[in-house]
Parts: sequence; C-alpha cells; structure tokens
Amino acid sequence: MTDPATGPVTGPVTGPVGDPVSDVPASLDVSGLAFAYPDGHQALFGVDFSVARGERVALLGPNGAGKTTLVLHLNGILTGGTGTVAVAGLPVDRRNMAEVRRRVGIVFQDPDDQLFMPTVREDVAFGPAAAGVKGAELEARVDRALELVGMADFKDRPPHHLSFGQRRRVAVATVLAMEPEILVLDEPSSNLDPASRRELADILRALDVTVLMVTHDLPYALELCSRALILSDGVIAADGPTAHLLADDELMRAHRLELPFGFDPRSVPARG
Amino acid sequence: MHVPDGFINAPTSAVTGVVAAGAVAVSLRGARRELGGTSRAGEAERGGERTAPLAGLVAAFIFAVQMLNFPVAAGTSGHLLGGALAAILVGPYTGVLCVSVVLLMQGILFADGGLTALGVNITDMAIVTTVVAYAVFRGLVKVLPRTRRSVTVSSFVAALVSVPAAALAFTFLYWIGGTTDVAIGKVATAMIGVHVLIGIGEAVITALTVGAVVAVRPDLVHGARGLGPRLKLRVNGELVDAPSGNTPSGTTPSGTGPAPAPVAARSHRKVWITGLVASLVLAGFVSFYASANPDGLEKVASDKGIDEKAEEHASADSPLADYGVEDITDARVSGGLAGVIGVGVTVVAGSAVFWAVRRRRSDDASPSSTETTR
Amino acid sequence: MGTGHAHRLYRHGHSPVHGLPPHTKLAAAFAFVVVVVSTPREAMWAFGLYAVLLAAVAYAARVPASFLLKRLLIEVPFVAFAVLMPFVAEGERVGVLGMSLSVNGLWGAWNVLAKGTLGVAASVLLASTTELRALLLGLQRLRLPPLLVQIASFMIRYGDVIADEMRRMRIARESRGFEARGVRHWGVLAKSAGALFIRSYERGERVHLAMVSRGYAGSMPVIDEVTASRAQWSYALALPGAALVVCLLGWTL
Repeated sequence: MTDPATGPVTGPVTGPVGDPVSDVPASLDVSGLAFAYPDGHQALFGVDFSVARGERVALLGPNGAGKTTLVLHLNGILTGGTGTVAVAGLPVDRRNMAEVRRRVGIVFQDPDDQLFMPTVREDVAFGPAAAGVKGAELEARVDRALELVGMADFKDRPPHHLSFGQRRRVAVATVLAMEPEILVLDEPSSNLDPASRRELADILRALDVTVLMVTHDLPYALELCSRALILSDGVIAADGPTAHLLADDELMRAHRLELPFGFDPRSVPARG
Repeated sequence: MHVPDGFINAPTSAVTGVVAAGAVAVSLRGARRELGGTSRAGEAERGGERTAPLAGLVAAFIFAVQMLNFPVAAGTSGHLLGGALAAILVGPYTGVLCVSVVLLMQGILFADGGLTALGVNITDMAIVTTVVAYAVFRGLVKVLPRTRRSVTVSSFVAALVSVPAAALAFTFLYWIGGTTDVAIGKVATAMIGVHVLIGIGEAVITALTVGAVVAVRPDLVHGARGLGPRLKLRVNGELVDAPSGNTPSGTTPSGTGPAPAPVAARSHRKVWITGLVASLVLAGFVSFYASANPDGLEKVASDKGIDEKAEEHASADSPLADYGVEDITDARVSGGLAGVIGVGVTVVAGSAVFWAVRRRRSDDASPSSTETTR
Repeated sequence: MGTGHAHRLYRHGHSPVHGLPPHTKLAAAFAFVVVVVSTPREAMWAFGLYAVLLAAVAYAARVPASFLLKRLLIEVPFVAFAVLMPFVAEGERVGVLGMSLSVNGLWGAWNVLAKGTLGVAASVLLASTTELRALLLGLQRLRLPPLLVQIASFMIRYGDVIADEMRRMRIARESRGFEARGVRHWGVLAKSAGALFIRSYERGERVHLAMVSRGYAGSMPVIDEVTASRAQWSYALALPGAALVVCLLGWTL
C-alpha cells in the first residue's frame, strides 16, 4: 500500500515501513518528559516511550491524564519542562522547529479549530504553502490529500458547510498534505456517528504513516492499533499489545479505563 | 452611532481616515505585543503569530456579543457596544483593531456606516472609546486596591466614561465638518445626554461581564494581569524550578500566557493618571448634569436596539434587526459645553501620548518569554 | 465563504458584475461614494443621475429592486435624524404647512438623505455581487495590511461558530427555566457573555496551535491571488467615471 501523499518522506532514512530496523531512528522518541503549566498545575511527571516507524500506537488514558499536554510537546508547541522529544532522530528544539512541525502532523479534537481557512482547498493548502510549496505542486498535494480522505468533491466548499464527520476527514487531509513522518490524532472518533467512525478507521488503516492515536475509545484503539500505551497521572503506566492491556481488568480499573458494556477484547479477532 | 456617507464633509472624513489608518497601523504593532507574549526586538515577527487568530476570534466575539440582548423593561432591550469591554479584556491595541475590523466589515457587508465615513466611525467608536476606556481602567486599577472588586469597579467607570467620550468626539467632528449647521451646543447636549445614559447600560453590562471573566480566568483579563506565583515542577517527587526564561510562551492551551505586566512601571505616572481620570469623569458627569434631559431614558431603550422578541433570528443572522434607532438628537437645552468638549479632546489626545510613552517603557520592562515556535 | 450572513448578503449569480475581480469592484464602489459625497448638494439632478447609474449596475447584476430596497432599511435611523434637521438647524427659516423650518436644515436633510442612500445602495450592490471570500482577497489586493485582512477573515470564519455557541448557551439557559426579562437578569446574561469571551479566546488559542502546527510563522501563505486585466479595470471604473462627469457638471452648472 504505497500512498502517494506520504511517499517521499524527506527524513534522514527510509527503512521498510512497518518493519522497524535498528538503525532507523524511531519516528518518535520521548524521554523523561515533565511539564507544568504556568498556573502551577503539573501535567507530566516523566514520560518515556518510543514509537517505531510505521507503527500504529494508541495512547490511552482517563480524562486529565495529561494526554493533550503530551501531544503538544510532540511538535514543540509546549516546551520548557524537562526531558526530550525527538522526531525521527531530530530533537524537538528551537532550531528544528519548522522541520519538526512538518514531520509531526497533529489532528486536533475539534475540526473547527483546525479548519481555519475559508475553503477546504485553502485549508489543506495551508501547511504545504507555509512550507514553501507553490503552484501545480501545491494543487497536486491538495488533491492527493483530499483524495485519501475521500473529500475531493468538497474542495471549494467552506468548512462551515460540512458535516462533523466530513470536517474531521478534511482535518486529517490538512495534515496529510504536509506529508508527515507521524500522524498524531487527538480523539479521532469523538462525536462521530458509527458510519463516520468506520469511514475514518478505513482511511487511517489505508494510510502508510506512523500513527499515534490519543483516545479513550478503547474498541477503536483495539481495532486500529496493535500496541497501546496507558498514560495515567502524567506517567506511562503500561505499554504493550492493545489486546493484552484491554484484557487486564485490574490494570484497566486502576487507570479508570472502562470498556463499553458487553465488549470483550478477547473475542475480537486481530486486525492489522 | 454608525455615521453614513454625506454626514460629515469630505475634508474632515479624509482627515479622520488618515487618523484612523495611523491608529490602526500603530495598533497592529501594539497588538502583537499584547497577544504575542514576546517583546524582544529580534523576535518581533514571531510575536505576531498569535495576533491574527486571537484578534480575529475576539472580533468575532465582539460582533456576536453585540447581538446579545439585555432586556431593559417592557419589551425593550439593549446590547453591548463592546469597545470598553474589548479594551479591558484584550488590551487597547487589540481592542482598537477588533472594533475597527468589526466596523470595516459592517460598512462593507451590511452598508452600516458609510464607506467614506469609515474614518469617522473608526476614530470615534474604535479609537476614542477603546483608548479612553483603557486609560480610565488602568488608572483606576492602579489607584484602587488590587482586588477583583476593583477590577469590576474600574470596568464600570471605564465603560461609563467611554461612551459619552465617543459622543463628545463625534460632536467635535460634527462641529468641524458637519454638513448641516446645527448649533454645536444642541448637538453636544443631545449626543452626550443620550450617551451618558447609554453609557450606564454599557457600564453595567461591561462590569458584569468582566467580573464574570475575572472570576473564572483572571489571567485572560488583560487589564488585570501581572500576578502569579513562581512556577515549580515536580519530577519524581522532587521540586525543581522550571527553567527560567523558558516558560511556555503564551501558546499554552490553558491560555496562561506570560504576563506582559506593566508592573515595573508605575508610581510617578500615578499623578498623571489620576488627573486624566478625574478630568474624564468630570467630563462625563458635567455633561450629564448639564444635559438633564428627562426623556432620555426612553431614548436609550430605543437607542440600544428594539428587541424583536424572537431572538432566534436576531441572533446569528439579523444584523438589521439589531441596529436600533440611534442618535436622534432632540435638540433642547443650551450650549455652553464647549469647555467639556475641550476637556474631552484634551483627554483623548493626552491618553494617546500617555499610551505611547507607557508602551515604550513596559516594553523594556516586560519579562522575556520564550519562544516555542521555532 | 459561507457564513450565515453570506446567504442573505450575497446573491449568487453569473452576471458581468459578479464576474469582475473583487478589488476592482471595491475600488469602484469606494470611488463612486467619494464622488457622490463631493457633489454639491444644490445640484439635485446630479443625485438623480447617480441613482440612475446605480440602477443600471443593479440591472446588469440582476439584483432585483425589492432586494436592494429592503437592504436600504439599514439607513432608517439616520433618516429619522435627517427629518429632525430642518427643525433644529440654524439660519433663515421658511414656513411649510404652518411649520417653521430652517432652509439650511432642509438642505442638510436632503444632503444626508441623498448621499447616505446612494452610499448604502453602492455598498449593498457591492456586497450582493461579491462573495465574502472574494471581498477579503480584494481588500488584500488593495494593500490593506495583511494582518488586518487575516483578522477580518478569522472574524468571518468564526463569527457563525461563536454566534452558534451563543445560541446554544441561550437554549441551555432557557432549558433550565431561565428567561431574561429585565435588568435584574443582566448578571446571568453577562456571565454568558463572559463565558462566551473565554470560549472565543480559548478557541483563538487552539486555532493558533493548529496554525503553528502546520508551519505558520506570522504570515499567511499566499494561496490565491486575484488579478484584473485592464479591460476589467476600465469596466469597473466606468461607474465612478460616469459619476465623476456628473459631479464636475454639478460643480460647473
């Protein structure tokens, strides 16, 4: 499944996707990350994990666990605590910021925040245009990204006129157009009806990028990600195969994670 | 108070256009500092990053909140004009920008306020209102004890004064460039009389709104920033100072940006501020008593927009329904308010100077915040 | 661009007027109003000609008269003001139907009414034939500071979102049995306004994060550029040009 939009990643290496090789730097490497907001509220207390290239990893955690705070560290929007973040071997610091932001594509929870331009086309073009892409190449990128999320027909529509599910998909396209190394999704399934949720899952599964999916939609995590991390009280409390973590009742209870009624992770067939 | 074309003569319109353009240009720079959270020269261009989205959203807020109906009595209602509120919540520069953009859009899209009168409208409603409100507000906040109540009280007075101040400014413009020869005293009396009453409504709403914001997110009230404990980090059970100069810049999601607090610069300007405030209050109240216009209250009701009970369509998409009858001069009473006008004009000019000076100093004094953006 | 306002303000169409580049239309409308304002008020016939010019534009743009007239209502407050002028203005007075009116005031009222109405009509025509998005591009092209254009476009993009939040807050209030009836309820409404401000500001911050995440560093990348040919310019400027001729005649005759 090669995917044109994410094809030529200009990272330092291009290893076989989905098969992390030891000399390929991890897509994401976080170590010892601690952070407090200026009002004194501390959200992260030393977070360590790494995501290999091509992996799809779910970041689970109850409300207030620090998930969003962590996400904002991944592309350097928040800095100033202790610890380090590296994206494909590139440390997130002031000098690399432009490149880091190109490599880390964050899809925020509320697509209205993400879609700030007057039309879908301009919105998708924003990222690559800010990176200096122009003319035909820009149009091609926009078309490819919209194609990937099945929204090509809505190019000239204002975001305001789209349904919530459509807006979420366009939000994904805005990030794909930047050809990121890693796609970070903040609660991708929130507020979606079952059909939109399914469509989005299909889109994500078809993409050929590293994905970090922040969610408390546990079945969705199980469906899309083979590995999961549990962030609780500002630290990584567990890291392992999603199915195993979800099956561990005690672990789940300890971190206020609950499966939907009647859902048994053991009975779900494994999927890529 | 949206002045249409042909109301003020061409030369005056042109001059106010230049004034407005200049003020907006200054505000564009100033707003970067207010919203950007950076102040070092080399980072100027990055400091401006936050300006567009934040000022845009605040402008949208002002635009929306002008449609929020505050029932007065018997089916009438008023709405906020928002200049003072904007100044207090986001600072004078951003305030000027937001109100100007709202006026620009109202002029172009809704034909509300003439295209050639844009300069008059911006000077009057965006600049005078905002600058006066902020000057009064900051002055009072410095003089009064540092409590939430002071912030509310200051907002009240600031909004109360700002509306008649704008009326004064309008009267002054009309005096210079009005196309009809109405005795300036009559204009002044009618305008100020009515607008003092409007100012009272504006003041109550502004104070309540600022009070509501201060209660929840005091850090967002520009005029009340500057207090906060030192940041501590706990890593593995130990307390560590956050690397200083490396606090997250204003880009934190909770919005607790670094306070570009003008704390360092105070004291010797206190006298001046107090003087300004006194003269402004005087200007407002003297004209109020001088006008003593008994049927003004009804006027306010109608002036502040006659409310169609059906708020549904008044809300999002009925700018027409929302603009009430404004500025009906019912000329009576005599003139003799030239003095008040003089005070008003002086105050406005003085405030402008005051701002220029104050800003320059607090620039040097404001804490260096970091840069998370590159 | 689609805000709720756009539905009513902009009339979709494919007329020659719709097809003109936005900045030429903006320039033409502005120039026209400037010319109108500079016309001596005594030349009453000139204003009639201006109205005819605008009517011709409206016809070319296929904007129906009813639409135009309805939008002119925005002017009503100032009509009221104008009506008062003859009563309060100074100077020589004439008796009309037993009322003593100021000559100067009558002229003033006429002046405000005629020029104001023409100004409003010109703006209405502009807004009804130009999409919001295009207007912003036009303003940008006319060298309005980019930051100002950005602010305006964010305001328009999020105006509806915020008005919508305001509506939901009202519904939430009413669902809990609260209905604002008088001054004593202002506190509750002001709390809503305060909450609305906080939400707006926080959304601004989130939008900023989303922008920065996609490489925003202070200036908007140029994605669309509007251009106008000489022919389009001359076409657009025909309106103020004709008006200028009328104006000059007005001064000389």
